[in-house]
Amino acid sequence: MSWAGPDDIFLSTSLATYLDKKLIVLLRDGRKLLGLLRSFDQFANVVLEGACERVIVGNLYCDIPLGLYVIRGENVVLIGEMDSEKEELPPHMTAVSAAEIKRAQKAEREATDLKGSMRKRMEFLDFD
Amino acid sequence: MKIKLTSASYSVRSIKFSFCSNLLAKPRKPSLFLGRGIEIILFFSYFKDLVGREVTVELKNDLAIRGTLHSVDQYLNIKLENTRVVDQDKYPHMLSVRNCFIRGSVVRYVQLPPDGVDIELLHDATRREARGG
Repeated sequence: MSWAGPDDIFLSTSLATYLDKKLIVLLRDGRKLLGLLRSFDQFANVVLEGACERVIVGNLYCDIPLGLYVIRGENVVLIGEMDSEKEELPPHMTAVSAAEIKRAQKAEREATDLKGSMRKRMEFLDFD
Repeated sequence: MKIKLTSASYSVRSIKFSFCSNLLAKPRKPSLFLGRGIEIILFFSYFKDLVGREVTVELKNDLAIRGTLHSVDQYLNIKLENTRVVDQDKYPHMLSVRNCFIRGSVVRYVQLPPDGVDIELLHDATRREARGG
């Protein structure tokens, strides 16, 4: 991460300030994992304890518990410290079960696939 | 000064420049090993001088985050404080995030304050860089 010594953790990009804090980790594939940071290294590999994946589809969300996770640093996009005094999600969002969120995800995927295939058909017809 | 290199890539599609305020005084030995490494260090030095300023970091996944630059490292990983997401409604999961660490490899742009750039100093450094330092 940086060449900081033990005294510079507050000035450097070290993840040491995030240890034992609740974090949200955004991954390259778009997943959002929440958990407590237990360990990290210079490649931004992290160990999350009590990890859960927060799946958000429209106004629905679901937290799927995962347990102890080791995340390879190359997949990490962003690590954010979740402020315990603030609301984690906007109030209009509703929590649903894992089965329901999976159905909602499937519906959303089918909608984007349909949009994509329709666009392809339109592009084919476009002679400009 | 021993400089350790990585293969971390950082592409800046906006104004490309080199900046070396704290390297100006030091004699630089031309070295094949340093090569591209000097340019990475120059961006690092530039961002170190920008610490404390308000910037907007746009990521490759289109997420744009505005915040105060807290720190930067040799990989151009960025730590931001007092963050707020530019399009908050599209990213509800980021609502309670006020500090974040951004991996250097996922940054697309860093949008800078207009007065955060000393143009003359950059011109001089770039000319020196182009000449081969």
